[in-house]
Amino acid sequence: MTVPVTIRLQEEDFDVAREIAALSRDRTDIGAVVSFSGICRSDKADGEVGDAIAALVLEHYPGMAEEEIARHAEEAVARWPLTGLTVIHRFGRIVPGDNIVLVVTASAHREAAFHAAEFLMDYLKTRAPFWKREEGSAGSGWVDAHDRDDAAAARWAKS
Amino acid sequence: MKVLYFAWVRERVGKAEEALDPPPAVATVADLIAWLSQRGDEYAHAFEKPKVIRAAIDRIHVKQDTAIAGAREIAFFPPMTGG
Repeated sequence: MTVPVTIRLQEEDFDVAREIAALSRDRTDIGAVVSFSGICRSDKADGEVGDAIAALVLEHYPGMAEEEIARHAEEAVARWPLTGLTVIHRFGRIVPGDNIVLVVTASAHREAAFHAAEFLMDYLKTRAPFWKREEGSAGSGWVDAHDRDDAAAARWAKS
Repeated sequence: MKVLYFAWVRERVGKAEEALDPPPAVATVADLIAWLSQRGDEYAHAFEKPKVIRAAIDRIHVKQDTAIAGAREIAFFPPMTGG
């Protein structure tokens, strides 16, 4: 059976509840849905407390971003018994409190849904061609990648 | 081949993409980075720490020892910070 996979890159916001509902509508085989929302914070990634940002500007590599996410979605479907999967990643200017990314996974049981969602997020962080720039009162600067994100993604590598 | 730059690599080079025809001696991604670095101060600045730079050939991540023969599109960018 083909697992429904939805991947969208968009500038506009998304509705988390609507995306969850879309994945489970008219289905009676889904026992678990896990959703992860990544939201823009106001504190700087590497700044002091109170060092607020005005916005994140997300740049991406059109074409490759969709293809790279699709490759990981395909791997998630191969590794876990999923019944549906949605990944939405925004680009452009995003202000604190707004959504950045959404991963929704559905399965008969919770374990596969939890694992697949975490796997996809760990790979989105380190392999999907997106770059965040922080805009603040003191100017703007690119966010540095974190070793901890590489370590998180490495957990899923097949030995 | 088409060469693309993203994020601070793009800002330092001063352009998002260009068409380039490197000489045959430029065989790998690492060779291409070294060749680009010689093209001017802006390139030298963008590629001053070559090991930090990530690359993709025809929209697939590659290591720097990968051969570039036959590539239509090569992209250079910093480590990714999406999600």
